Amino acid sequence: FFLSHLQRNMGPDQYTHTKKMGTLPTKQEAEGHADWKDAEHRMGTSIMAVQFKGGVVLGADSRTTTGSYIANRVSDKLTSVHDRIYCCRSGSAADTQAVSDIVRYYLDVHSAQMGEAPEVHTAATFFQKLCYDNKNALSAGIIVGGWDKHDGGSVYCIPLGGALVRQPFAIGGSGSTFIYGYCDANFKEDMTRDECHEFVRNALSLAMARDGSSGGIIRTAIIDENGVERFMLPGNQLPTFYEN
Amino acid sequence: MLVKGSEKRIFTVAPHAGMALTGLLADGRQIVNSCRDEAQQYKRFYGQAIPGKMLNQRISSYIQYFTLHDSVRPFGSSVILASYDKSGPGLYMIEPSGVSYGYRAVAIGQEKQVAKTELENLDFTTITSREAVMEIAKIIYKIHDDVKDKEFELELSWVCAESNGKHEHIPEDLLAEANKVGKQNLEADQFGSDEEMEI
Repeated sequence: FFLSHLQRNMGPDQYTHTKKMGTLPTKQEAEGHADWKDAEHRMGTSIMAVQFKGGVVLGADSRTTTGSYIANRVSDKLTSVHDRIYCCRSGSAADTQAVSDIVRYYLDVHSAQMGEAPEVHTAATFFQKLCYDNKNALSAGIIVGGWDKHDGGSVYCIPLGGALVRQPFAIGGSGSTFIYGYCDANFKEDMTRDECHEFVRNALSLAMARDGSSGGIIRTAIIDENGVERFMLPGNQLPTFYEN
Repeated sequence: MLVKGSEKRIFTVAPHAGMALTGLLADGRQIVNSCRDEAQQYKRFYGQAIPGKMLNQRISSYIQYFTLHDSVRPFGSSVILASYDKSGPGLYMIEPSGVSYGYRAVAIGQEKQVAKTELENLDFTTITSREAVMEIAKIIYKIHDDVKDKEFELELSWVCAESNGKHEHIPEDLLAEANKVGKQNLEADQFGSDEEMEI
């Protein structure tokens, strides 16, 4: 019993345990911490989209990181793929940009052929197809939100594996884990436009307060029959809650 | 000696869409196959049922293609395409040239002119699916010439709210009633009653 306990505390080889106690870090080890030089751009992110009576509200934080360096503190993670269809992007910045560009192209062709605006469901299906078929290569968590004349406002969530789920509201990104409770407690069906906007801003503010990978400003987009209206809430004007 | 119901000329091309043929039925059946493929591909790619007007566009393009090359001949069949999607009911007719239009009512085949004349009497704004079934039955019976034409079998299908947006041959009892109404109307005509169609 005593021997096995010793062995469990050992590192990969029999000397690692003692080596760690009193040696200086090697140059390689020291430089390893500077991963921001080489790391991929990621969007740690807090994103969400909520359906209200007559449309949807989409919201996102604005932090893009490469490792621990904030590459862009005012990023726009709300991307238009058509006149009244937007998507919230989380995960790899490159992957989500590439995918949304392709979807934008497909929707463009499709709406030209149809002679009318595409449905949000169609956009979501395109996203799903790309995310699922390329699931091994991509790191993309996307929320699609928009308005169309058949279904009104609708929100679709496409998480990492490429599933497609329609929900009355959807949250995503690393910051979303901290606000599941808040959202479940405060979401109501058929909110008004302003109620919904406030709900999104409060939720994102809470997420940004707790998630290191989220922060900056809150960007929102409200989409309804009449079009898209975009808002920006500066970091020093975010709604505040308990702050210890 | 012909087995009743063995030669159908109305086909379901998608759950929500159907097609009726005239002319060279073998050619028409190829169009039906292509139409079915098209509808299925669309569903796979877009995740939703193909809208009537898109299906119409695609089939028209497909049929038109065969007028471009001298290694193939055009289809010897006109088709009527009926659909029911989010925008409501749709009715299209595609000719061998690939030209197609949307219609409120249309007729193809040998006696299409006579049929069109009869159809013009209908009020499209108020007519219901069931009423339309009866009217069509009357027209088919009316234009059938006992002397020149062979014996015929009435085949009717619909895609409407009553069929829950699914294209299907009309229920047996409704078909029986349609046949009855068609025959009765014919007999009434023969006894010299008013030429006007009842609506």
